[in-house]
Amino acid sequence: MRRSPAVRGRGIRKSFGDVVALDGVDLDVASGQVHGLVGPNGAGKTTLLGLLLGLAVADSGRLEILGTTVGRTLAVPDGVSGFVDGPGLYPSLTARQNLSALAALRGHETGQAARVGEALEQVGLTDVADDRLRGFSLGMRQRLGLAAALLTEPRLLVLDEPANGLDPAGKHHVHRVITGLAAAGTAVVLSSHRMDDLAALCSEVTLLATGRVVFSGPVGKLAAESGELDYRVRTSDPAEAHRVALETPGLQVKSDRDPAERPDTDVLVVRGPVPVLDDLVVRLVRADVAVRELAPVVSPLEAAFLAMTGQTDEENK
Amino acid sequence: MTTVAAPPRVEAQPAPVLRGYRFELVKLLSQWRIRVLLLACWIAPAVFVVAVSLQSTLPSDTVFGRWMHATGWAGALVVLDFSRSWALPLLTALVAGDVFATEDRLGTWRHLLVAVRSPRRIFVAKGLATLTVLLVLVAGLAVSGIAGGLAAVGDHPLVGLDGHLLSPGGAAGTVLLSWACVLAPTLAFAGVGLLGSVALGRSTMGLLMPALLAFALQLTQLLPLPVPIRLALPSHAFLAWRGLFTSPAQTGPLLIGIVVSLAWAIVATALAYHLFLRRGFTDLAYDGSGRRVLVAGALPLAALVGLTAVLLAVVTPAKGSGIEQAKLQRSLATVYAHLYRVQTRELHRPDVTEAQLAATASCDKGGDRVLDQGPGNDWRCVVSWHLPGTAAVGQAIYQLDVTADGRYVADGDGPKEVNGYFPVRTETGDAPNPLWQFDGNVDLLASTKD
Repeated sequence: MRRSPAVRGRGIRKSFGDVVALDGVDLDVASGQVHGLVGPNGAGKTTLLGLLLGLAVADSGRLEILGTTVGRTLAVPDGVSGFVDGPGLYPSLTARQNLSALAALRGHETGQAARVGEALEQVGLTDVADDRLRGFSLGMRQRLGLAAALLTEPRLLVLDEPANGLDPAGKHHVHRVITGLAAAGTAVVLSSHRMDDLAALCSEVTLLATGRVVFSGPVGKLAAESGELDYRVRTSDPAEAHRVALETPGLQVKSDRDPAERPDTDVLVVRGPVPVLDDLVVRLVRADVAVRELAPVVSPLEAAFLAMTGQTDEENK
Repeated sequence: MTTVAAPPRVEAQPAPVLRGYRFELVKLLSQWRIRVLLLACWIAPAVFVVAVSLQSTLPSDTVFGRWMHATGWAGALVVLDFSRSWALPLLTALVAGDVFATEDRLGTWRHLLVAVRSPRRIFVAKGLATLTVLLVLVAGLAVSGIAGGLAAVGDHPLVGLDGHLLSPGGAAGTVLLSWACVLAPTLAFAGVGLLGSVALGRSTMGLLMPALLAFALQLTQLLPLPVPIRLALPSHAFLAWRGLFTSPAQTGPLLIGIVVSLAWAIVATALAYHLFLRRGFTDLAYDGSGRRVLVAGALPLAALVGLTAVLLAVVTPAKGSGIEQAKLQRSLATVYAHLYRVQTRELHRPDVTEAQLAATASCDKGGDRVLDQGPGNDWRCVVSWHLPGTAAVGQAIYQLDVTADGRYVADGDGPKEVNGYFPVRTETGDAPNPLWQFDGNVDLLASTKD
């Protein structure tokens, strides 16, 4: 099934003085798609999200949102909602008052109370609806920001780091809301530094570096471009595992010292293609060494991110 | 392969100003600071007036303070005179001086822009909400002061600044009109507050601008400035309402003060609007700049003072300090004649008219070596009047303390039967002597020709 595009950007360029924030960016987001924006700090993510919300206009290029060409600031069509740089709510008001005031501002007078109550319930804040925001944690504010965006029943939802500060329960709420909206046909564009969130939520990602797109496409394709990964191997006998790994053809042992000399760790780090890793497991079992864990040190998505943005995992750590 | 049809396109419309206004009001009224101000403005003046009215010592250094035992209307005017010095500039600082800066502090500009979609409408909504809150605060000061006075002392005639009696109804109307007049300079300070709030962003200097301006203007007003410059200052209307309490009313300085204040309000608000539309909302660390305030705020307003002063110098007869010997003598004689009648009634003597008294005054400032003009506490005057029923001429001496704004306090220096003592002995006991000490007001714009 092909869906109509919610966002279609071509050759978008945006500068702030001498600083080029976006340099010929193309972006396609289909309705019903959760699209991740990822990139290092200063890559242009926030600028791009700002363009989608209408907070700024591109210096050149073409940006269509929900079928409308956006040519000036604050002129994005109805149906676009979201936030950048925090949810922007008022600490002197309660959660319910914040949403009610926003609903009234947007002209949603009829059924306002029900709409607000529903939005609060969706993000799991019903219990604290009448508490003032000044006592809210960062994660609660993030969820309320999402609730505020939901009031307009968006067709394009733009979120900047929506999982920032969320506890596992809050994260669950936010993920459920986002996937529910996407299932109902809403396009969601979200930026995040958390690769696990992007992997869990997004069907496609766009990777930005210094204002340019270095990758755009399905998450799986990005992961596949990550090349050989470092794997963490946890066993019942680290010293024997280290010896077996050294004897396994085609496998690089990244741990610099024998585990026998380092009783504080039972982890071995190795790198090699998947068949060689299979061979390692077989050899360990034959040597009566139990394999308790075999997992990438960083996720494939993160590895691809680091590789494509020219950052090393060591730097990132 | 199927294609999902796109929903119909809906062009984005900015939120109407009325909705933005309500949104801004909700935000303002949710702030504890504004709530405390509202409570204070609606309660504190009444408590103050009642408490002072019940004391034996009155705030006679404040205009109308010495009449607080005589009528409830004096209390509201004491509150007004106190408010114009500090309370009103402070209120504008706390409301207007923060209305834009608070969005910078909270980082909510982008959120607000996405919701309203029009910086112009945001500005208008914030301006209107600020105006509304300020009006409610000023109304509270007025109503509370009046209520306290009427409750504690009652609805009695008020002695004006030229000594004539205002009936309770007349006093009520004039007191309300006085409060209405100080709305103009309050708006001027609010405009400066908006300008500071926009220009200085999250910096607390924006919040302080109206208060700093008020402080600077108060210091300036203490100086013996030429009348055109004095009238060109936005704070003059904070004083000029006193002219309503003379007969005829001193409307010239009042009207000029109101027009100047409104011009300040308009120019400062327009500058704030201009700056607001030009500012970048994408910079989260925006906190204005001193240069911006100087170039876009202070210089145009200073130019406005200069232009107004030149214009006033050309179109009005005002020159020098506006406090001249002839005007002072005329004013003192008028007040004396009116208050003599009040004393006559207190003593249950046969009534006389001002015409029968034909009071005159002769004033000298600081002896022969000093020019008889300008403010100072070294004015000495001799009032002469025709004693009723005789050909004799009575004389009374006054020491006058004349301030640069035209107000003076006349302190009786004898004879003791007329103005030398605070009480006068009446049939029912001692009563305040209206001729002992009294306030007057010189019309700075009046012509010296008789």
